[in-house]
Amino acid sequence: MKLRRTMLYVPGNNAGMMKDAHIYRSDSVMFDLEDSVSLNEKDTARFLVFNALTTLDYEGIETVVRINGLDTPYGREDLKAMVRARPDVIRLPKTETAQDVHDVEAILAEEEKACGLPEGSIRMMAAIEGPLGVLNAYEIATASKRLIGIALGAEDYVTSMKTSRSPGGIELLFARSQILNAARAAGIYALDTVYSDVNNEEGFLDEVRHIKQLGFDGKSVISPRQIQPVHRVYCPDDKEIDHALRVVQAIEEAEANNSGVISLNGKMVDKPIVDRAKRVLEMARATGIRINELEAYCDEDE
Amino acid sequence: MKIIKTGMAGSLESSDVLITVDSNTGKGRNISLESTVKRQYGKQILKVVEHTLDLLEISDVTVRLEDKGALDCTIRSRLEAAVYRAAGSETYPWESLT
Repeated sequence: MKLRRTMLYVPGNNAGMMKDAHIYRSDSVMFDLEDSVSLNEKDTARFLVFNALTTLDYEGIETVVRINGLDTPYGREDLKAMVRARPDVIRLPKTETAQDVHDVEAILAEEEKACGLPEGSIRMMAAIEGPLGVLNAYEIATASKRLIGIALGAEDYVTSMKTSRSPGGIELLFARSQILNAARAAGIYALDTVYSDVNNEEGFLDEVRHIKQLGFDGKSVISPRQIQPVHRVYCPDDKEIDHALRVVQAIEEAEANNSGVISLNGKMVDKPIVDRAKRVLEMARATGIRINELEAYCDEDE
Repeated sequence: MKIIKTGMAGSLESSDVLITVDSNTGKGRNISLESTVKRQYGKQILKVVEHTLDLLEISDVTVRLEDKGALDCTIRSRLEAAVYRAAGSETYPWESLT
C-alpha cells in the first residue's frame, strides 16, 4: 500500500528547499513550477527542478512536479523537460475536463517515445480547482490509466464560488465530497487541499481530522511543520488495531469452521466491517507499526 | 551558443548562487567567484562552472558568481539559465542537459 498522507509543496525556484525537501519524510514532495514561481522566473525554476531531479537522491520519496497549464506559454516546455528529468508523477493544475488530461497524456506519450522511455513511465495526478472541474470529477478521474489520484485546490475554487475559506470548511463540503466520490469510484487516491495558516496548529489538526473522517487519503502541506501532525492523525491507534485484529481473527476462525454467521463480542461482523479492519491493519503496517507484537498482545489479553 | 547580452540567474539566498554572464569576445573564459565557502569548495565550484560551459560549448564568456553555499546542481542550473538568457534563446536541448 502506497501512503500518500502528505505531499510537501516545494516552490520550484527555491534552491534551499529543493535541497532539503526529502529530509522531513513526507510521503511525496511536489516541486511547483506553477503558481509559486513568478512569470519572469519560469525558465530558472525549470532548470533548477530539472537538475535537482536528475542529480539528487530523494531516498525513495515520491517526486511530483506541478507543471504550468498547457494554455500558458510554459506548460509544453515544462513537460518536455520533466519527462527527461523523470519525476514519478506530473501534476496537472486547474483541470476542468477529461480533455485536459488527454492533452497532457498525449504530450507525455510523445516525449516518452522521443527519449526512449516506455510509454506510461510517468504517472499523472489532476488538481481540480474550479466548479467545472468539480462537476466533471468522475470523467477527469477516469480519463487516463496514468492517473494515480485527483486533488482539490481550494483557494481558486472558493474564489470562483464567490466565497472564502472558513475554519469549519463548510464551503468545501460539496467539492470535497464530489472529488472523494469520483476518486473512490475510479479506484484512485483522493488528496485534500493545503491549509495556509501555518501558525494555526489547532485549526490545521481540526481540518486533518475532518478530511480523514470524510475518507481522503491525505493532504497537500506547505510547511515541513505540518507533516508529522498529519501522519499522527492518520496512524491507527492501539485500540483500532486491536479491534481490527480481533475482527480478522474472528473471520478466519469462522471460515475454518465453515460458519455462516460471524460475531464478535455479540455484534455481527459483515463484509464492510472486515474490509475496514483489513484497511486499518494495512495502514498500520504501512506506517511501520509491528503488527506481530500487537497480535501477541491481543492473544494474551483474551 | 553565442552570448549577445548580459544574463543573470539565481539569488543571494542561502543555498543559492547569483550568476551573471556576459560576452568576452575573443578573450576566452573569465570566471570570478565570491563564496561563503570558497576556501573549502572553491575549486569544485570552478570545476562545475568549467564543465557546464564545456557542455554548452561556450568559449568566450565572463562569468561572475556570488555563491551562498549552493549545491553543484544548483550552480549548474543557475549557470545554464544565465547562459540561455544571455544568448537570448528560449529553445532548450534537454537531452544534452541530462
